[in-house]
Order: sequence, then C-alpha cells, then structure tokens
Amino acid sequence: MAHRSEWNEDDAKAVIAACKDDGLLVVLNALNDQFGFVHKDAVGLAARALNLSRAEVHGVASFYHDFRERPPGRHVLKLCGAEACQSMGGDAIASHATRELGIEFGETTADAAVTLERVYCLGLCACAPAALLDGAPVGRLDANAVSTLIAEARK
Amino acid sequence: MSRRVFVARDAGAIAVGADRVAVAIHDAAERAALDVDIVRTGSRGLYWLEPMVEVETQNGRVAYGPIRPEDVCGLFACGFLDGERHMRALGPTDSIPWLKRQTRLTFARCGIIDPLSLDDYRAHHGYEGFARALTLKPQEIVDEVAGSGLRGRGGAGFPTGIKWRTAAEAKGSTKYIVCNADEGDSGTFADRMLMEGDPFLLIEGMTIAGLATGATKGVIYCRSEYPHAIATMNAAIATARAANLLGTRIADSNRDFDIALRVGAGSYVCGEETALLESLEGKRGQVRAKPPLPAHAGLFAKPTVVNNVLTFAAAAWVLAEGAEAYKALGYGRSRGTMPIQLAGNLKHPGLFEAPFGMALGELIDDVGGGTASGRPVRAVQAGGPLGAYFPRALFDMPYDYEAYTANDGLIGHGGLVAFDDTVDMARQARFAMEFCALESCGKCTPCRIGSIRGVEVVDRIVAGIDREANAELLKELCETLKFGSLCALGGFTPYPVMSALTHFPEDFGLAREMAEV
Repeated sequence: MAHRSEWNEDDAKAVIAACKDDGLLVVLNALNDQFGFVHKDAVGLAARALNLSRAEVHGVASFYHDFRERPPGRHVLKLCGAEACQSMGGDAIASHATRELGIEFGETTADAAVTLERVYCLGLCACAPAALLDGAPVGRLDANAVSTLIAEARK
Repeated sequence: MSRRVFVARDAGAIAVGADRVAVAIHDAAERAALDVDIVRTGSRGLYWLEPMVEVETQNGRVAYGPIRPEDVCGLFACGFLDGERHMRALGPTDSIPWLKRQTRLTFARCGIIDPLSLDDYRAHHGYEGFARALTLKPQEIVDEVAGSGLRGRGGAGFPTGIKWRTAAEAKGSTKYIVCNADEGDSGTFADRMLMEGDPFLLIEGMTIAGLATGATKGVIYCRSEYPHAIATMNAAIATARAANLLGTRIADSNRDFDIALRVGAGSYVCGEETALLESLEGKRGQVRAKPPLPAHAGLFAKPTVVNNVLTFAAAAWVLAEGAEAYKALGYGRSRGTMPIQLAGNLKHPGLFEAPFGMALGELIDDVGGGTASGRPVRAVQAGGPLGAYFPRALFDMPYDYEAYTANDGLIGHGGLVAFDDTVDMARQARFAMEFCALESCGKCTPCRIGSIRGVEVVDRIVAGIDREANAELLKELCETLKFGSLCALGGFTPYPVMSALTHFPEDFGLAREMAEV
C-alpha cells in the first residue's frame, strides 16, 4: 500500500472529480484506496459532487465493510475467518494473531504498523488458512507463518 | 531454442509461493545461461500440488510439484527441462489421475494458456462460440442455451435460457448484461480461478449474452477480495477492446458491446443479484423485492441479465460445441458439468469439474482424498455459508440440484468444505447465525434481528439453559427466517443451523430424538 497518501482535501476533490460519473461506490472505493479510509469530510465532498445528501453518502459508506472511518496502519493484515479456513484451524490462527499484535480485529497497533482485519473468504479455500497482507495472498498459514508475517510488517 | 516453463499466476498458487518459484527458475536459468521462457498461466486447480511447475517437452507437458524455491536448483540439476525424473515429478500433466478423471469444459484452458494472450485463447478454441453466435439470430442463440439445460451456476440454478429469453423480449433501448463475480461463499474459488486463468472466456460469454438479448453494455461486479482477478480481467478487457472484440461494431459486425468492471466493497449480501444491482447504482447493497424481475427492470431499471461467471463461461462452450453435447452430460435435471470446488480440511483440495451425479462420498473421500489432518471426515458443508452440513450418512447423495434440495441443503456455487471430527457443530451453527447478523442488509426483520436472537438461542442451548425448549425455539426461529426473508441470506441461513442441529444433536447436548424435525 505504498501509494496511499495522507488525507488532504484538495487531493480528495481531485479523486472524486476523476470518477464521479461512475457513481458513489466507485468514488468511495477510490477515496478508500487513496487515503486508506473515508474521511468524515470526504462524505460532504462526495455528496456535493454527486448531488446527494450527506446522509445518503454516509449510509452507503457505513454499509460496506471495506470503507474505514479511521486511517489504517502502515500494513493491513486481513485474516480469513470463513468456514473453509475454520476447518483448517483458522480460529486458532486468529487468536494467535490478536495475541501477538495485542489488538482485536478492526484495531491498529499503537506503533501504527499493523491493522488487523477480519474477512470472510479470500477464495483461497484450497490452501487454507489464508490471509492477505497488503493485498498479497498468503496460504497454508500456521502460527509460525503468522508470526513471520507480523514481524515483517513491523520492520 | 527457448524452453517453455509454466508456473501459475493464480492467487492461490501465489499464496503458497508461485512467484518466488518463478523468480528462482528465472535466476537459475540465467546463471546456467539457458534460454527459458517462463509462462505464467492460470492454475490447473490441483492446489495441494501448488506451486506446480510444468515444462513443455517433445512428449507434451510434464509436471513437478509442489515446488519450493529451494527445490529449483535440484530441478535444473536433474534435467527437468527435458522432463527428467525428480522426487517431485508428477509425470505428463494430462496423465495425472486427478486431472484425467475430470470433464473439463468450462475449465478446458485454465492452467494451460497464458491468460492474457488472445492468440493462445484463439488457438485453444476461444471465440468459436462467439463466431457461431454472430451467424445466428438472437432467438436462435437463446434457443441454443435453453436447449442445453444450463442452469445458473451462482447458486439458484434458474434456467439460463429462460432468463435470457425474458430479457430479450423485454422492451428497452438500453439493456445490460451483468456478471456476478461477487463470489463470497466460503469454499468457492472457481470464479476467481476462471477470471485469473481464462478471462477471455468470461468476456466471450457475456458478449454472446449481449448478442442474444440485444444488450450493448456489460458490467462485471467483482469482489474487492480478489485483487489479482480484478487486474487480470481489466487487462483482458483492454486487450479485447484493442482487438475490436469489445466496443462498437465488434468483430466487424453491426453489433456493439462493451464491458466495464466494478469492484465491490466487502459486502457478502451484494452477491444477491438485486443487492448487487443496488450496489452498482452506488447505493447500500439492500435487497429489492421481486417482481419486477431484473430481466424486466434491473440495473438503472433497464432490462438486465444477471448471471454468474461460470454461467457465462458455460454458455460460450454451449454455443461453440452445441446444446446437445452439453445436455448429454449430467444427472436428472442438472445438465452439463459443474466445476466443483473441494476445500477446507482435505488432502487433495482443488477444482474438480465433472458432470453432475457424482456421490458426495466419492468427491470427498476419493477425489478429495479424505482430510488433510488425517482424521475422519465428520461433516461437509455444501454450497457456502448458507449451505447445509451433511453427515457421512448422506455420502451416497448424488451431486444434483434436486437431490441436495431434497436433503434440506443446496449445491449453491459448487463449494464443498470438509471438516474432521474435531469440529463442534453447535459452534458452526452459531457462526452461521453470527455471519447472517454481520452481513444482513437490514431490509427484512427476521434476517436482521432474528439472526442476532439466533446466536443467543444457540448460546443458551450450549450453556444447558432450558435445552429442549430452546431447541424448539431455534427451529421456530429458523422457520421465521426461512419464510420471512426476501433473499437467500435470511432464507437459507436456517440450512446450516438446522442441518447441524438435526444431524449432530449431540454437539448441542441434545439426545438424537429431541432434534428430529
């Protein structure tokens, strides 16, 4: 996620202007990709650009799990919690990750290094348990592999 | 002469190190001054053998796997470029029994071709269905698809021909072809594999649907959890457009058709077709009541065909090879093949395409090889988080839409997730309710609130509080969800819950007879 940038209203306006014809879902995805989250001020900017009410934009932004309200850490670790990963010990991997990072799902470590998120299925069910670290897929996880991922992310 | 080596670029293969293996092969070849051309293909779907490396020899392709980066030097040393023996040699790829016993129609090219090479695609019968469709009247294309017996592969199993006919007959200047690539069911990955391994097939299938219905605009709604599929699909769309296979007057015909890809944002319910349409329109992914059917008033209230990735892919095959060839395969009213996805705790997980009709036990114990953990298989969840947990007692059930429905379950999108005997089925039932609560769009009260109450009721049963009375309450609650919800999320969450309670009552601390429905 090297291309992610700090929140900045002018950049947000440019992001919105570039894709507003494709609709709100595309706009919110673009903002979330650019800044890592949908800043509360972006709601008003998007509403104005798309001729919607702030309530409508907030309603959509809060509906989808991907859209964060706060900036994430430098790295985002998404661990799969769905059934195929459960069948291969995914729950134990999840507890290991929360313990090692000292945070719960949806939280960011105090050093802002890692945000831990729960996802339900990455389509990597034939190499479970699986995760995405900054968009890179990792399969056949065990506790050691999770520790290695976390250590790399914290470097 | 350059030697061709094949390594998958599929996300599942990359997840277990395929990129590192490809780099190692490149480096080793460079050190030895060998001219090696590394082709990044889709996956063959034999995931326990990934990263799998194939080499083109005079006698066809020969496979090695699973290969770690540190194995690569040894591969070169033993002469794998000539297909020589190695401890990880699998022999000629086509002779690997797991592949050989499949009937690959939809996945015929996946793992073989370079996914982004239009020449490769054409050399392997690509765009033959489209070429034939161009010579047919729209009505004839619809008849061909209807005659094949193809049913929607997303999960509902609705006859594709009828859906296309309805959209074709609907009045409207603008019509849409929408591809549901929001493959959210746990245990399924066929859409991802196809988009990453044979993206032109999806483009071809959607284009044929456009010719059949008079639609000129296509949209693929792909889930955000699939970054590799998104990148591959976007590249393929650009290539098809440059080759005049998308756009205006495609392939020098008088027809227009173009495709845009849209990315979801992590909502499971957006895999439901009307929620998906709402999402595409930039709204909350809330389910719509039907009627109107999407075929009459779908995306932006225009006539819209919504089909799954695999449905469009199968339709392209049907047009190329004919309805009869497709219909000749299958079981009962389930015609053709299904790309079955074997997942979870299995020794041999992967994609197994076969005609309908195989027994569940054969798929799990024989093809899947039993559990990866080496313990007995206790339950199999078929069809994702809304599918039933089947016990071994039902292992003779044929893979067929009707047979699964008759046993209070569903085939869904073709996933089978195996669990060994360490599974706690009360916990799985609780998870089904929890997942429904988390993903409910909120439109229907039984789904939105009933699922939360469901978690609490399961907790009370497990805690031993009024066990029998609460089990009765859970059954009633499931009835309410089943009949009081607009879509499959609330409507089918009872399947995993009730199947767990019915087939595995001991996990809830209940005697067997108490759980009988």
